[in-house]
Amino acid sequence: MKYVDEFRDGGLARKLAKAIAAEVRQDRQYRLMEFCGGHTHAIFRFGIVDMMPANVSFVHGPGCPVCVLPKGRIDNAISLVQQHDVILCTYADLIRVPASEQMSLMKAKANGGDIRMVYSTQDALNIARANPDRQVVFFAIGFETTTPPTAVAIQQAKLEGLNNFSVFCNHVLTPPAMRTILQADGAESARIDGILGPSHVSTIIGSRAYAFCATDFATPLVIAGFEPLDVMQSALMLIRQINSGTSEIENEYTRVVTLEGNIKAQALMAEVFELRPTFEWRGLGMMPDSALRIRDSYAELDAEKRFDMPPIASSDVKGCLCPAILRGLSNPTDCKLFGTVCTPENPMGACMVSSEGACAAYWSYGRFRQPSKQETTA
Amino acid sequence: MCLAVPARIISLNETTGMAVVDLAGVQKEVSTVLVDDVQNGDYVLIHVGFALHKLSEEEAMSTLALFDELETMNNSEDSA
Repeated sequence: MKYVDEFRDGGLARKLAKAIAAEVRQDRQYRLMEFCGGHTHAIFRFGIVDMMPANVSFVHGPGCPVCVLPKGRIDNAISLVQQHDVILCTYADLIRVPASEQMSLMKAKANGGDIRMVYSTQDALNIARANPDRQVVFFAIGFETTTPPTAVAIQQAKLEGLNNFSVFCNHVLTPPAMRTILQADGAESARIDGILGPSHVSTIIGSRAYAFCATDFATPLVIAGFEPLDVMQSALMLIRQINSGTSEIENEYTRVVTLEGNIKAQALMAEVFELRPTFEWRGLGMMPDSALRIRDSYAELDAEKRFDMPPIASSDVKGCLCPAILRGLSNPTDCKLFGTVCTPENPMGACMVSSEGACAAYWSYGRFRQPSKQETTA
Repeated sequence: MCLAVPARIISLNETTGMAVVDLAGVQKEVSTVLVDDVQNGDYVLIHVGFALHKLSEEEAMSTLALFDELETMNNSEDSA
């Protein structure tokens, strides 16, 4: 595939690994946070973690929308189905995420709830058009990448007067989460030396959105593509910055990321959404101005206004380290539940379910790696 | 969730903004309302049924050229 295969060349990856090894200083550690779960998976799936020198480590960030969504919001969605008999449309990522009382959307569906997996907001609109006598709710989640398609659907529904369609909005923003991680101190600090910046979030918001990392926190950031050579080249660029003591926002992923991002998509988001004063994230807690809600001018399309949806407080499974993993403080292998009671077949926390979760990455690509490393050290 | 794939536009309805894209032989209808100035043959980044950005051939080549430089650098080290 064009624009994919050429960025997966194994020979070039080995050359990059060599260049990285030549660049690192032996007298220090390099802690690089990949904000996105997509990067976490690339790092494990393509074996990048094994090609890095021992003093370069990847710290996994909270860039997994399914992982940071608090359980209470899934409980809310389930109650829409069970109490209001709506057709709930959701991206597949959410379907197996544990909700409270050992429920999930999949179990609610098995119990007779009309829950449908969709690929696109356009599919959800089609379901609403085909079922004029039913209420259809789109369970919207995701960072800035996924938000513009939701905005398009809301505008289309308004234009068409599609009265049986509404959106349960859970869209969240990348920069506030990054700021929270960077300003944590003491035992709460992830102690990161540089950030591998998001790929497709940056396509929308542009590289200028991260200026604060350099100006307020003196932390370098390199926007990296999701292919293995992109990740390795970006790690090299970060290591060079760290060595020279600079903190700049660089862009490795220039084929789809610009300084200003997708202005048309930004304008559309601003037209349909506004900042929520505060929103709860799993792991990061309540964060002001970190999520979006639907503006009053589109209030009739807001499921939270159309249906009675009181906030549901929820807590994570005891012993689940998801919250600390999402803040870059722990690794999946630090968790007692990992690979014992918590597996992809029987997940206790969202990090094990999502295709972007750190635990799922360790389980799928790295679970046999840890013991062999320990053996080598012993 | 933020994963997106590059695909080539093979037909475009300029009135509706809907396009058919080809991804290694798989064809899919997607919306191009979020991007300007696209035409048949362009590669676009596809995410949840929407084109998010047009891929820049020139920029992709310059990133690949960076790796080439690296290769030259490594080779000269090898021979040294």
